[in-house]
Amino acid sequence: MHHLGNFALMAILAFAAYSVVAALLGVWKKNARLIESAERALLACSGLSTVACFSLIALLLRSDFRFEYVASYSNRDLPFFYKVASLWAGNDGSLLFWAWLLLLFSGIVVLTNRTKNRELMPYVVATLGGVALFFTCLNFWICNPFEQLGVVTAAGAEVWAPADGRGLNPLLQHPIMAIHPPILYTGYVGFVIPFAFCIAALATGRLGAEWITSTRRWTLVSWAFLGTGLLLGGRWAYVELGWGGYWAWDPVENAALLPWLTATAYLHSVMIQERKGMLKVWNVSLIIITYLLCVFGTFLTRSGVVSSVHAFAESDFAKVFLIFIALAAGASAALVFHRLPALKSENELDSMVSRESGFLYNNLLFLVSCFAVLWGTMYPVLSEAIQGEKAMVGPAWFNRVNIPIGLALLALTGIGPLLAWRKSSLDSLRRNFTGPLVFAVVTGTALFALGARHGYALLCFVLSAFVIGTIVQEFHKGAKARRLHRGGSYPGALLDLTLVNTRRYGGYVVHFGIVLIFIGVAGSAFDTEKKADLVAGQSIEIRGYQVKFLGLDEGRTANYDWLSAKLEVTKNGKSIGTFAPEKHLYLASQQPTSEVRRYATFQEDLYMVFAGVTDDNKTTVQIFVKPLVRWVWLGAIVVFLGTVVTLVPAKRELKLARKVEAVKENLLLESKKKYDVA
Amino acid sequence: MNRKKVKFVVGGAVILAAVMALAISSLEETKAYYQTVPELRAMGARAEGRRIRVAGNVVPGTIVRHEEGVVTFDIDYEGEGLSVRYVGRAPLPDTLVDRAQAVAEGTLQRDGSFEATLVQAKCASKYEAAYEQGKTTLE
Repeated sequence: MHHLGNFALMAILAFAAYSVVAALLGVWKKNARLIESAERALLACSGLSTVACFSLIALLLRSDFRFEYVASYSNRDLPFFYKVASLWAGNDGSLLFWAWLLLLFSGIVVLTNRTKNRELMPYVVATLGGVALFFTCLNFWICNPFEQLGVVTAAGAEVWAPADGRGLNPLLQHPIMAIHPPILYTGYVGFVIPFAFCIAALATGRLGAEWITSTRRWTLVSWAFLGTGLLLGGRWAYVELGWGGYWAWDPVENAALLPWLTATAYLHSVMIQERKGMLKVWNVSLIIITYLLCVFGTFLTRSGVVSSVHAFAESDFAKVFLIFIALAAGASAALVFHRLPALKSENELDSMVSRESGFLYNNLLFLVSCFAVLWGTMYPVLSEAIQGEKAMVGPAWFNRVNIPIGLALLALTGIGPLLAWRKSSLDSLRRNFTGPLVFAVVTGTALFALGARHGYALLCFVLSAFVIGTIVQEFHKGAKARRLHRGGSYPGALLDLTLVNTRRYGGYVVHFGIVLIFIGVAGSAFDTEKKADLVAGQSIEIRGYQVKFLGLDEGRTANYDWLSAKLEVTKNGKSIGTFAPEKHLYLASQQPTSEVRRYATFQEDLYMVFAGVTDDNKTTVQIFVKPLVRWVWLGAIVVFLGTVVTLVPAKRELKLARKVEAVKENLLLESKKKYDVA
Repeated sequence: MNRKKVKFVVGGAVILAAVMALAISSLEETKAYYQTVPELRAMGARAEGRRIRVAGNVVPGTIVRHEEGVVTFDIDYEGEGLSVRYVGRAPLPDTLVDRAQAVAEGTLQRDGSFEATLVQAKCASKYEAAYEQGKTTLE
């Protein structure tokens, strides 16, 4: 109990509570100094939270097993890197980490808005302080990572420490797992900033696009991190869990997908508000829902309600979390309702065939998908409440519902950006779509001729070709026009074009990455797999690969014992190399894991699993051939890079900013002159 | 509401209806019921043909690895046992060891055994018992 970390948590409780009260009081009494003190209190929380977080890391590094958290998630021989990663391996530590990110981001917001958004800031501070207060309460009373172990002796309670900790779950001892949670959490937590600005906009009645544009960077960065985190999670499952896939519609995965879907809808629909002053209610609702889903996702991930045998909301943890979500939802809804008259649209929808309606359908599809995933994820809870029988829906259900939605969205990815604002003429449609459509049809025909017969996969490839066609056409058209006006080389014109409108062309790059991911996912329709029990010298044949089992090997490291199956791989007679998928037995936890080996190319992955030894001493080897998987990872990188492009300030904006600065300076000079004269 | 708005709302409604129809029609084929071993036994013939997820602890020494990745093991839940035969294609989780908490998804066979196409398992750590003993959190 008497630990620095705990004192830091107590201090955060006090400062966060103060920041909420002082910020609101400051607005009410129109006292700027009070508001400033609220901001400083929040800054102090950032510092204190850093202290709390690092004191837990210090305990982990010192292997201080008097602390329950340290004893539960680490052990003496755990490598340094993973000792640090143990910070987010368990519930208590990961919530501490969550709160730390939240307060760090809050600190950055306070520091970057000292002269901007002054009307919004008190409410932003109050919202952030309130959220921080909740998570710190949770961290202090319910999930305290600084609790010590003890035993009751004749003399009373005494501190007790086990000789060694229970160790970090071996499945988490993987480099990806060390970076996946922080990246995902950055995404989850980051959405609190646009949420806080949205609440501030609602509270102040400043309901233009100001709150959206001021938080555009936060939204995009959070979105990119959430998406990257999701795919890193998939990548980890693929290389570490050894079942041959990267996405299983597991509740934990779905939990992160839900806010990603609504956030993606939001990224698109804000463009309509910025440009046409429409969809104001929709946008505030979307960001509120996104944030609530982020909190809900954290809760789902940490509590295991869906998969566990315990009834929903049984633990204190679940109750408190659900109460927080309900309160936040209620308060936000009340604010939106209160401002409904002021959120009226400034424009009307002009035509069904326009950029606006493309965005509207895009939003509808994202929301429908989000709702379906939420419903499927919560089905065990819902079916138990409604029918009295706990049932679940598997990956097959999620696929059936989401594949058509996904393909419709893919089609819109191509169509939407080519539609004109307000209304597209038939002529412009013909001009814009002929090229990409021809390319799509040619691709489809070629693939069909080559023997692709899977309906959805074929449709996916055709649509992907169409979207790629539109993207290439957009870049080409832009570059051609630019060269016509300014000359220069073609690649130079492409680069220039992108820099002048980073948002638009960065967006195309993101779309291109998404298409690559779709292509990779569609490849899974052609997966194949073979399992066999082998003795040394025997082999498995699969799609032109010959995998020969050479024998077993074994050894020991400080952390685990290992057993490996040596495999020699040739393709169509050509040698590819030897691979040794392993089985590990971790010493601290006595938990076995499989280490798969992969031979990855852009065409396909050869995925080798050492599945075990049968009771009559044969070695079971399972080989998967998974076409196009690599495109998923490549696509993820492209999406990330595209997002970076959209974050670069466009040349146009820079020019404008410089002009504004110049005008400001002039004004300042003039006023100074006046002052001097006076 | 103007005509364009009506058109958009109709379009949206069609999409919603299509997705809902798809969701509901796929439900019966893909859903699996959570059942404990005693509940499963009590169901008798009604359990046949129904996809079921059943949970229990792996009885030590019963895991047998047969040819081609078929694995049999017994699970126990509050004193009632069930023989599970895993015939799925995916490699079994490494965590399926003696005394692990296992979840098997599949169907009950006529002979009272359970044929699973999916198995999930969680390890019971050997430190758990010793650890729980010493764990009286200090106030």
